[in-house]
Amino acid sequence: MNSENEVQAKVKEIVDRYAGDKSALIAILQDVQDEYRYLPKEALVSIQQQMNIPLSRVYEVATFYDAFSLKPRGRFVVEVCTGTACHVQGGINLLETLERDLHIKCGETTEDGDFSLERVGCLGCCSLAPVIRVEEDVHPYLTQDEIPRILRTYMAKKHGRKRE
Amino acid sequence: MSKINTLEALNKAAKKGQEALFPAKKIRINIGMATNSIAAGSKKVYQAIADEINTKHLKFALTKTGSMGLDSMEPLVEFIVPNKPKLSFAKVTVDKVPALLDQVINLNLDTETPFYRADEQENILTGEKTAYVKGKVPRALSSIPMMEEIPYYAKQVKIATRNCGVIDPENLEEYIGRGGYFALYKALTEMSPDQIIEDVIASGLRGRGGGGFPTGWKWRSCRDAKGSIKYVICNGDEGDPGAYMDRSVMEGDPHSVIEGMIIGAYAIGARQGYIYVRNEYPLAVANLTKAVAQAKSAGFLGKNIFGSGFAFDIKISKGAGAFVCGESTALIASLEGKAGEPRAKYTHTVEHGLWDRPTNLNNVETWSNVPVIIARGGKWFSGIGTKTSSGTKVFSLVGKVNNIGLAEVPMGTTIKEIVNEIGGGIPQGKTFKAVQTGGPSGGCIPESLIDLPVGFDELDKAGSMMGSGGMIVMDNTTCMVDIAKYFVSFLAQESCGKCTPCRDGVRRMRDILEDICAGQGQEGDIELLKDMADAMMDGSLCALGGSAPNPVLSTLRYFQDEYEAHIRDKRCPAGVCKALIKFRVVADKCTGCTKCRKVCPTHAVKGNRKEVHEIDQTLCIQCRACYEVCAFNAIIIE
Repeated sequence: MNSENEVQAKVKEIVDRYAGDKSALIAILQDVQDEYRYLPKEALVSIQQQMNIPLSRVYEVATFYDAFSLKPRGRFVVEVCTGTACHVQGGINLLETLERDLHIKCGETTEDGDFSLERVGCLGCCSLAPVIRVEEDVHPYLTQDEIPRILRTYMAKKHGRKRE
Repeated sequence: MSKINTLEALNKAAKKGQEALFPAKKIRINIGMATNSIAAGSKKVYQAIADEINTKHLKFALTKTGSMGLDSMEPLVEFIVPNKPKLSFAKVTVDKVPALLDQVINLNLDTETPFYRADEQENILTGEKTAYVKGKVPRALSSIPMMEEIPYYAKQVKIATRNCGVIDPENLEEYIGRGGYFALYKALTEMSPDQIIEDVIASGLRGRGGGGFPTGWKWRSCRDAKGSIKYVICNGDEGDPGAYMDRSVMEGDPHSVIEGMIIGAYAIGARQGYIYVRNEYPLAVANLTKAVAQAKSAGFLGKNIFGSGFAFDIKISKGAGAFVCGESTALIASLEGKAGEPRAKYTHTVEHGLWDRPTNLNNVETWSNVPVIIARGGKWFSGIGTKTSSGTKVFSLVGKVNNIGLAEVPMGTTIKEIVNEIGGGIPQGKTFKAVQTGGPSGGCIPESLIDLPVGFDELDKAGSMMGSGGMIVMDNTTCMVDIAKYFVSFLAQESCGKCTPCRDGVRRMRDILEDICAGQGQEGDIELLKDMADAMMDGSLCALGGSAPNPVLSTLRYFQDEYEAHIRDKRCPAGVCKALIKFRVVADKCTGCTKCRKVCPTHAVKGNRKEVHEIDQTLCIQCRACYEVCAFNAIIIE
């Protein structure tokens, strides 16, 4: 866990980058999320204090935009593309398979903190549909039977083993 | 980089750029490295080529370019051999690299067949062509099809995407070498702001982001608006699922957007610009950031640009994942650091926009057209396309079509030409059913209208819209009710919730469509959907809600029989809606390979090896996994 002082110092460093510009709230939240991979409550409180913006407004912005998460996310974020091209090629079935295999619903994180499952608007890789993205890797032309193998690759990665 | 503030300095940079684009003594290799190319494996191919060059000490100029357009042929690699035709190779894999380089060096193409060759390069900014070939085309290469002969390229005219896949987007000199920033020089040194606006009006350019509002008139209103501080904004929050042409321009040719914005700012009288880029486009953000820094150090941004006394600067702002921020007033709220909620448009953003100041907002593709209009003149531009929709439009042609990728065509090209010629028709022997344009605000165009020429008004009349240019092709296995449900569900998630007709309207529509797809549709549902559509169109605050019923209305207009089959016969004719279909094994096709049995998550498939399998309908959850893996087409949908 992040100690409150540590978070405050980090938030101060980030807020200072924008020289007190109140319109930079979204950019500041993005930087905080880059740091912690989610928005810790202490960070939101700290932003309120340092920027002199009501907490309700910080919370409003943090919850309005899909890119922000108020909950810690898993080590690997599995994003299922739900763009139109992926949809007509059966992308939704991949999401359901992932939900079954990971035993979580879309938007949740596995108990061990390994995987978060999310949907994303469109990755613009329509020629490769249907696709999912894990970390930087886009997995093209996926069928449901390939999902277990892909998940195993990342588990192996976590344990430091190289495996294709 | 030294300042480029005179014509002489600009010419000098152009010469350097041309030397890089057409090296005299070495082979230049272009590799398309857009986001989707990387996903298709181009990074690995790039690395393999780089390694080969290193180990064999080859004299090559290896260059990363933006999207070359034809994504389904990625990774694409081009070779520009001095004085020889440009050779392009498709679907290059790592293992082919050594042979490929070897054969190109010796121009002895034994096993590697080029996709096409090109003998010259066109520069749309000057109208000139530069020959790759000096003398005759070598006999060994003469039988390779020319680029213009490939149906995918034959009808394309590249204005907005003129440099995508041609230049290294991180190299300013290559952009200048293709004629870049000469239009800015012309605008600032030879034209008055009013002349520029007149020229853009004469060009007939209409906003490429969806609305189709005449760009020149928008600039005129913003110039005439009261106030000394004005802003220009580039909308790069491309959110329509299935549309990615703006990303390709931002990634592959960021300076074209910046140059367009500087010209627009000068015409309008703005000193500050913003580029608002979608959060999901990290490469676009990186390339734009770099390009803005280059433009600053070259003096295209900053004070006294080209000695004209005009000053302008650009900031880049990242979106945070909200589709509604593509709407201009929501985007402006987001730039101000607020939640991206639209406001009613009785006050126009050209008068009261960002920070309540006059603000002119255009999208990426619109801005990138501007330098070409200034360079060639509005009259020239208006000669391309149709009377009411001039110029070209970039479409992303995706879905159930053979050639998937970006296609920039003159307005007025028919849907048939786009789908059948450029797109190469429908794969796997299936039949064309419809094409969806305009994203979640658009609609479906059925086969009966396949000869429709694309243009703002033509698409509107057909119940769809141009939108940002997504074109999703659907075949007979696409369910139109499911598509309507898909778009309405998308909008239900993305509605900002500020006004009731949109917030509750899209949710109720989604519920009704979910019921219909689940076999629980009732008589009267169709009429109810139509009534709700009217209320939403009349009562919503912004275009998101106002156009939200379009996917429902257009599918009802052309495919009402499919809705009726779902509601009355509890049948999904396309075989998509899970509650209305059953999977069955065809006994004489099944070889008993057990592949489907292994993949079934609910153990619904029964049967021993080499025996005909069976599906237990009480356990089947219609996940399609068995249908997808069967290599013998032994599983059918009923």
